[in-house]
Amino acid sequence: MKQEQTNHNYAIEMKNLTKKFGNFVANDRISMKIKSGEIHGLLGENGAGKTTLMNMLSGILKPSSGQILVNGKEVHLNSAKDATNLGIGMVHQHFMLVQNFTVLENIMLGIENTSLFGILNRQEAKRKIVNLSKKYGLKLDLNAKIEDVSVGMQQRVEIIKVLYRNADILIFDEPTAVLTPQEVDELLETLKLLASEGKAIILISHKLKELKAVANKTTIIRRGKVIDTVDMKNTSPEVLAEMMVGRKINFQRERKSVKTGKAVLKITNLKVINEQKIVKVHDLNLTIHAGEIVGLAGIDGNGQSELVKALTGLKPIENGKVLINDKDLTGASPRKITHNGVGHIPEDRQRFGLILQMNLVENASLQVYNQPPYSHGLFLEPKAMVKMTKEILSDYDVRYSDLSENVGALSGGNQQKLIIARELSRNPSLLIAVNPTRGLDVGAVEFIHSQILKAREMGNAILLISYELEEVQQLSDRIAVIHDGTIVGQAKNEDLTESEIGLLMAGEKLENKEEVIHAH
Amino acid sequence: MKLGRKFSLIAVLMMVGIGLTACGSNQSKSGNKNNSSKSNISAALVTDVGGVDDKSFNQSGWEGLEKWGKKNGLKKGVNGYNYAQSNSDADFAPNINKLIQAKYKTIFGTGYKLVSAIKNAAKANPKTNFVIIDDVIKANNVASVTFKDNEAAFLAGVAAAETTKTKKVGFIGGQRGLVIDRFEAGYRQGVAAVDKSIKVDVKYADSFAKPDVGQALAKAMFNNDEDIIYQASGGTGSGVFSAAKNEIKKKKVWVIGVDRDQEDEGNYSGGNLTLTSTLKGVGTVVEKMATSVQKNKFPGGKVSTYGLKEKGVDLTKGHLNSDALKAVENYRKQIIDGKIKVVERPSQLK
Amino acid sequence: MRIKKVRLGGISVPLISIFLGLVVGAIIMLLSGFNPLINYLNLFSGALGTPNAIGEVFRSATPLILTALGFSIANSAGFFNVGLSGQALAGWLASVWFALAFPHLPGFILLPGSIIMGALAGAFWSGIAGFLRAYFGTSEVITTIMLNYISLYGTNAIVKGVLTSSDADSTPLVPIQARLRTPFLEKLTGNSTFHWGIVISFFMVFVIWWLMKKTTLGFEIRSVGMNEDAARYAGMSTKKTIISSMLLSGALAGLGGAMEGLGNFQNIFVNTSLPDIGFDGMSVSLLATGNPIGIIFSALLFGILKIGGLNISISSNTPSEIVNIVIASVIFFVGANYIIQYLISKMKISHKSAKLISNSTKGGHK
Repeated sequence: MKQEQTNHNYAIEMKNLTKKFGNFVANDRISMKIKSGEIHGLLGENGAGKTTLMNMLSGILKPSSGQILVNGKEVHLNSAKDATNLGIGMVHQHFMLVQNFTVLENIMLGIENTSLFGILNRQEAKRKIVNLSKKYGLKLDLNAKIEDVSVGMQQRVEIIKVLYRNADILIFDEPTAVLTPQEVDELLETLKLLASEGKAIILISHKLKELKAVANKTTIIRRGKVIDTVDMKNTSPEVLAEMMVGRKINFQRERKSVKTGKAVLKITNLKVINEQKIVKVHDLNLTIHAGEIVGLAGIDGNGQSELVKALTGLKPIENGKVLINDKDLTGASPRKITHNGVGHIPEDRQRFGLILQMNLVENASLQVYNQPPYSHGLFLEPKAMVKMTKEILSDYDVRYSDLSENVGALSGGNQQKLIIARELSRNPSLLIAVNPTRGLDVGAVEFIHSQILKAREMGNAILLISYELEEVQQLSDRIAVIHDGTIVGQAKNEDLTESEIGLLMAGEKLENKEEVIHAH
Repeated sequence: MKLGRKFSLIAVLMMVGIGLTACGSNQSKSGNKNNSSKSNISAALVTDVGGVDDKSFNQSGWEGLEKWGKKNGLKKGVNGYNYAQSNSDADFAPNINKLIQAKYKTIFGTGYKLVSAIKNAAKANPKTNFVIIDDVIKANNVASVTFKDNEAAFLAGVAAAETTKTKKVGFIGGQRGLVIDRFEAGYRQGVAAVDKSIKVDVKYADSFAKPDVGQALAKAMFNNDEDIIYQASGGTGSGVFSAAKNEIKKKKVWVIGVDRDQEDEGNYSGGNLTLTSTLKGVGTVVEKMATSVQKNKFPGGKVSTYGLKEKGVDLTKGHLNSDALKAVENYRKQIIDGKIKVVERPSQLK
Repeated sequence: MRIKKVRLGGISVPLISIFLGLVVGAIIMLLSGFNPLINYLNLFSGALGTPNAIGEVFRSATPLILTALGFSIANSAGFFNVGLSGQALAGWLASVWFALAFPHLPGFILLPGSIIMGALAGAFWSGIAGFLRAYFGTSEVITTIMLNYISLYGTNAIVKGVLTSSDADSTPLVPIQARLRTPFLEKLTGNSTFHWGIVISFFMVFVIWWLMKKTTLGFEIRSVGMNEDAARYAGMSTKKTIISSMLLSGALAGLGGAMEGLGNFQNIFVNTSLPDIGFDGMSVSLLATGNPIGIIFSALLFGILKIGGLNISISSNTPSEIVNIVIASVIFFVGANYIIQYLISKMKISHKSAKLISNSTKGGHK
């Protein structure tokens, strides 16, 4: 009985939603219907208009035309607050959290002073939050500061924040992009739980596997238009990918056999400490040869960031040695390391890789602006910079409207492609790539992977650090597992199973594979 | 829409207001017309950064000009009398030029800081009369006025020496310079004339506008058993008075005021602690000069020096006892008669 | 098309801000019983009515342009240089000192020499704060505030103790060949204090624009200011950049001081407080959001308000306190122009939604 009634009513419905920016149509008459208790996937390439659509749903942007219906009634969303009041909550890809506030403070932020009884309210709020976190299995450390907690927990904070505001319609913008495999599984469970509690969920994702695992239906959009809405039960990932990109996608990465050469990177007994003087990397030994991709697998926070920063000169080295092309570059400046043929795709592209308020040319020139032909002495040569930028942007398929636009205006995928273009176009003999495809769609991932493989074929050494095991397994010749600041095992890709890597990542020992640990 | 309505409301309010005040100003304009039919005797004063309410120099000058203006039935404003306040030293020249353009006949510059601005303006505007106070400019259309502050300060020193019980007195200056030098030198000479064994403690606040520094300096002096302080520090002096008002609850202390009669500043619940004040007749001189223009007797090119003899400077009776008053009168006579020459710089003291 | 629109918005916001500031000033005057219309007429005629007034407006804008440029450079690198006043005073002192020390040098050496000395002194003074910031992480706000006081009292001591004899508190005028004011300009502007410094200011506007946009140093300064992490990632030395931006900032402030020393006053005297040009320069720069061309206009606006403001109480009974309040409220509104930006964006949205509604009532869109 009840089931039938809700069938008529959709929790949220979009009818011919259109959004124009000047002459550019970001969303063209998009219609979608989502029921309560349903997980509805939204699939599309970077720049396909997913974020615009979701911003309209969450009151941040106003539609140029079209209607939004919530529980069958037409609504006009003038602000994010309106959306919140209607029970629409959004978990953003880039977390909207205040770094030096505690988890609790962040959850309460914005609605903390609705009552005169501030202190009482805080207790009340805390109880409600604890209940929510228990109910949905979202573990939180309420008193920790955001800057000190893991990415996974930050995301849980965002989810609780939305639930705390009594949202019935939850929008997740690429939620798994930043998570470890275990965290991804947990999140997917949470999503199912939320749906079973009657919430309507929109899941934006590039990961076909995940959509396949949890979504009931998926709407595919391309260039602002709906291509189709499909039932997930009888749709294969290949079909989905094809609809999304508009061409066939190859999921198999072809690693041509390449003869490995001399050791390009040689790390011995490396020790790195963080600002709080805690040892984050210790006794770390790793060698990478020309023409070889070494994938570093590990759970976020096991010393990967500190390792990369030490290798690229952004963090002092406490002990040990780093040789690059037989040159001792232990503790050298970032510029010296760059000039010795190191390319670096940083973990946090918006913090380290780009200056968002600067334009494309300036960002593309960031590593070379001080060398001819891009400058002579004090004088920049804008013409050379523009020419180079145009070339590498087209080589690496970065989509932009104007070279003078700020990089902040690009989509996340294009930002990442810009960094990759900048780093790879210098043909570095050692490429350090950290999460190079984080948050990108399958088309872009395929492209970036092919570029990394191309660099390998050209005889460059590549250190690939990724929190996505799948990526590590797809690309690496050799896999090393980092746990608690040191390499706990490494072996040829073919010699390790996913579960073995998982165990190593978790700090367990492989009983039957003593040789794995001591390889190299 | 909402915003538009608000705008229009503001606009209407403005219109009404302008209309109302326009009526008001029309009246004052017609008032001015009566005066402009007479020959132009309008006068204006350019202050230094102290402004017309500095309770001292500038205020005294402005009060003199106001008195003169009211006596002659003039109105404040163009064709009457007015002042131009300088917010910084950079405002002197533009202020003077604007007064010239507003056709003021006589322009007073109070303070030596205006010297170069007035010198330039006088050269370019030979038909306008200028008066510079506290300095000398040689030009046919400039009358220079200087005061022998040191003579009045000498008498203040005598008064202090005659009144002190602890044989220690203090002096707080604003900022070291030619003018305040005269105060310090005269005061110390006056104290020494009465009793060479009395110690004079000299401190500077390095500003004419720091009451907090004045208060701190005065408190230290009182703690050091000095029972009388002569302040020659403009706005800084109000801090000296408040320190004395705190101290008077414990023991008897006095402050000697400067430039104007500062009797009012010394009021406290149990009486008054302003022993006396040295007077500088800036107001009187301004009034006199303005009148001389009226009578076509402007002393352009001349330097007038006002001392005790000319009654340009003086010492009030204040709360001096009869012995002290007698001594003051005695020394006043000697100075006027030229028997005592009061020095102008501390370095000239023996 | 799009660029045009943005530019238009860029000008309309400050214009609306000025208008609103004048409205609020008018309300204040009405409430205090003075006629705003006449007072505003007096303000504008006092600022632009005569060659003399215009000369004074440009003269007062001259040092402001330089100090504002100085502030904006430090600000681009992410620093808040509150020490412009002290640096300007140091530059003022050094330029006058040099000019007085070598009175027999020919003008083509003495004048540029004095100006350069002013810039160097300002750079040295801010360089101290830059050095402390780069190597010890000391907050530049605190050090520059303290350096302001050292500059004020140090300059006063030097003026009294070294540059003048017998305890005077102002130096003689600098030699004629070191002066930026010339008889020609005095004649041109009805005996105002207008001087050649305006040429230097305009030239520096160009130089700084060029430096920030077309040189590696400018690129580094902007990068460090916008994203220090990314700048380090790109191999830029943040220390070097911090110090060079502070040196440049101080040099410009010192130039501003030299304009006062060689142009406006032609000497130096005991200052009772820090020169206004420092703090006003900050406001001018913030008002122009650091844009060099914008700095010229906002410095001129300050000049107009300052010089024109003097005329209000001269031509009417309005006391100068009220005038200062009115001027401050105009500056406040211009400074708080994000309020206006917010209002404009709100109005645009409601305008658009109104259109939308009318479209839908007409029966949809094309």
